[in-house]
Amino acid sequence: MKPAAIWRTAFLGALVALLEVLCLTGRIDKLTMQPPHQIIIDLLRMLSAGTLNLAILKTLANSFLAFGLAMVTGTAAALVLHRLRAVRDALDPLFATYYAIPVFAFYPLLIILFGLGDTPEIFIGFMLAVVAVIVSVLSGIDRIPRVLLKTARVHQLSTWETARRVTLPCIAPYILTGAKLALAYALIGVIGAEFIMSSSGMGYEISFAYMNFDNATMYPLILLIVLASVGINMVLGRWERLLMVRRGLA
Amino acid sequence: MKTSSLDRLRNGLVLLLVLTGLWQVLYWCVGDVALRSPLETFGYTAYLLGSARFWPNLVETAQAFGLALVISVVMGLAIGFTLGLSRIANAVFEPVLVSSYAIPKITLYPILLLMFGLGMSAKVAFGVIHGVIPIALFTTDAVRHIRPVFLKTGRTMGLSPLEMAWRILLPAAMPEIFAGLRVGFSLTLIGTLLGEMFASQRGIGYLLMNAIGLHNVDLIMSLTFMLTLFAGAASVILLAINRRMQQRT
Repeated sequence: MKPAAIWRTAFLGALVALLEVLCLTGRIDKLTMQPPHQIIIDLLRMLSAGTLNLAILKTLANSFLAFGLAMVTGTAAALVLHRLRAVRDALDPLFATYYAIPVFAFYPLLIILFGLGDTPEIFIGFMLAVVAVIVSVLSGIDRIPRVLLKTARVHQLSTWETARRVTLPCIAPYILTGAKLALAYALIGVIGAEFIMSSSGMGYEISFAYMNFDNATMYPLILLIVLASVGINMVLGRWERLLMVRRGLA
Repeated sequence: MKTSSLDRLRNGLVLLLVLTGLWQVLYWCVGDVALRSPLETFGYTAYLLGSARFWPNLVETAQAFGLALVISVVMGLAIGFTLGLSRIANAVFEPVLVSSYAIPKITLYPILLLMFGLGMSAKVAFGVIHGVIPIALFTTDAVRHIRPVFLKTGRTMGLSPLEMAWRILLPAAMPEIFAGLRVGFSLTLIGTLLGEMFASQRGIGYLLMNAIGLHNVDLIMSLTFMLTLFAGAASVILLAINRRMQQRT
């Protein structure tokens, strides 16, 4: 382990220890927060009892569905947009300002359109994620060395073969960058939507527990979401760095 | 890719027209239950702007957003300068920042509410946790790429850390820092609004949540329209300023 990683672990450990002490001595009272060790015990008990497994599964499934849809649509859209210069130029201002728009403000409209259920949640996750994919893939395509495309033409590869053998392998690191962002956005979208208005899922369970002062359910769920999102993000980040290093880009 | 500002203006206008067109088509498809046409929405927005109950909410949101933005910027710059100048601090803390960027911060809302209680401070805190991380990350990166000779000059002249930040770091890395501020601006706005949606008795977010509860399509549509317009316009303006800065350096 590198020294920086040791310091980081020590810092995070100290933070948790501080919380533990503050909670145990009663500086943070029991109604506000439980001591960290209690949260972990509650989390393990919750997972083994399986009472909320359905909600957890539903949220994760919806997030992955939104993520998958965004990856496929986003990559395809980027490949097409790259060919259509005029359309791309016209959409440029939209991409530049897209993440400034509070997408959650559209959630009520989506509920009215699709009804309260999985569809509007997945749609919000998808809407948040797809633009990140398009932008990263486009910037990847822009950076494909000309000579590779020329080689493909010399070998008379078809459009499909060029895409499969040259373009896609070449932009793999950029797709991964997009995937990292997209997964975070999909989770944010789905859980946020569940929070605002829904009848199931982790976001719903957290807000339900919050309203009932049920800290034994709320904190473990929050911890689970934090661990899941940070964990997935770290794995994808490491993979991305590996690809970049192999290409000599990092 | 170089596009002149005239081209950009034309592209923007085309995009606005197309989006409005899509909106109208969607309205024809869906009907009155769920949507209002663009024209009706403009009308209701004008009515809303003229009504007395709207303004106190807008002021409330503006105050919360302004305060959150100031805190985000100050904290973000402070963190960014520290991490940008110290290699060790950067190696230790940057991964923590990057990871926390990926957390759906909306789940932390109950914790913040328990800490700050219902009202202004919780909203501001919610805006800040959304806005501060991108500002800090962009600033760190910007400071790390400042030419070392500037920093050496500052150190030779014996500048205090505050003078160093004000006279050297900020001017030298301004275009990149500003890009972070732009992202931070929009995320702080989103955070503040989300904060208002969950636990507030005043503000635009509260109005929106209330309208959802009452199925007041007119109100939902015009609030969404105004928010989108404001966020989009602010982003376009900030982007234009940023482009000009980058051209000058």
